[in-house]
Amino acid sequence: MADNSKDFKLQVISPDRIFYDGETDMIEVKTTEGEMGILKHHIPLTAILTPGILRIKKGSEERIAALHDGFIEILGDKVTILAESCEWPDEIDLNRAKEAKIRAERRLKGAEGNINETRAEMALRRSLLRIELAEKYHK
Amino acid sequence: MASMRDIKRRKESIQSTGQITKAMKLVSTVKLQKAKTRAENTKPYFDHMYDTVLSMLRKSGNISHPYLSAGKSNKKAIIVISSNRGLAGGYNSNILKLVMGSDIKKEDALIYAVGRKGKEALARRGYQIAKDYSEVMNAPIYKDAIEIGQAVLDAFVSDEVGEIYLAYTSFKNTVSHIPTLIKLLPVDMEAALQEGNDKEDLNERLTLMNYEPAAEEALDLIIPKYINSLIYGALVQALASENGARMQAMDSATNNAEDMISDLSLKYNRARQSSITQELTEIIAGANAIN
Repeated sequence: MADNSKDFKLQVISPDRIFYDGETDMIEVKTTEGEMGILKHHIPLTAILTPGILRIKKGSEERIAALHDGFIEILGDKVTILAESCEWPDEIDLNRAKEAKIRAERRLKGAEGNINETRAEMALRRSLLRIELAEKYHK
Repeated sequence: MASMRDIKRRKESIQSTGQITKAMKLVSTVKLQKAKTRAENTKPYFDHMYDTVLSMLRKSGNISHPYLSAGKSNKKAIIVISSNRGLAGGYNSNILKLVMGSDIKKEDALIYAVGRKGKEALARRGYQIAKDYSEVMNAPIYKDAIEIGQAVLDAFVSDEVGEIYLAYTSFKNTVSHIPTLIKLLPVDMEAALQEGNDKEDLNERLTLMNYEPAAEEALDLIIPKYINSLIYGALVQALASENGARMQAMDSATNNAEDMISDLSLKYNRARQSSITQELTEIIAGANAIN
């Protein structure tokens, strides 16, 4: 029985809470090397995540969440994602994200130092991700 | 013996102080509950981060990485987490004692202060304050930890400092808080390896972990996250400890006030009685003199 099951254990942990803890049969994440889908019996892997959409699939059900920054550890049949911040679409404040997008864009235009530029770019990517996800959800 | 009026005035003053300390105790009890829950919620993230970094270091073997070797500078950055407000018993002075009693020389230390009390006391003693993040202590969020972590890492990479320490009060339980000084960078490889060997069983050690990107690069990205999570954990725990320490201090202050009030009530009643006795004696003596 256990061998036929496609489920594996997934834990998504952020500094403030355990974001998700349960069984799933497939997840999709975005790493620094590109998007990645993970099924059961994946090879052991540690990868760094960039802001992207996390899809958790179980049967026909699919849940999506915004995942900003963190890393994923796949070990045996257990997958752990350590995220610096992670949110479900209904937790996203669309207006705030839009404001953040405008702020980041303006900062990018007038960027001076290198550090500011990367920071603003990260902020822009995060806000774009939030907007995308929130709009998809509210439709 | 003090006059009745003096005793009464004193008693009233202590009573109002007692009311204040009692109110403060109640406030910090509520705050402690909140801070405690937060500290507990942070724990899984922190523990897992620690385990991952440990196993990464162990598996990547003897790689040379700027984060793993001491910098050229003699300067040592210390992040000191204290509180913004006083009246927390020995909370702040314990942290100060820890920093001053450590083997880091005053001239070498560069303080990144979180908490006004610690900053002021260290500045008074001639320590160099690099940056002040005191407003963070009111309600620490993860972003604050990232900001502090970024600042110390920048200083480390640019060779301004050679080592980074973190001084905070770790929260064991409501009544026991331990001032702790830990070294953040360079990562202590030997201790990490030792602990890792004790912890993991053979089976796990044999699993070959793949890294994407390569281990060195991944380390580059994970170590700052590791530092941030340590700082965040320290902030949250320090907040819980602060409120715990204040609660205890205020509790004993309230008890002391009650003791003093009962002592003063006794004195007041004695003084009252003796004044009545004296008045009576005087009246009787007067009446006797007339007869």
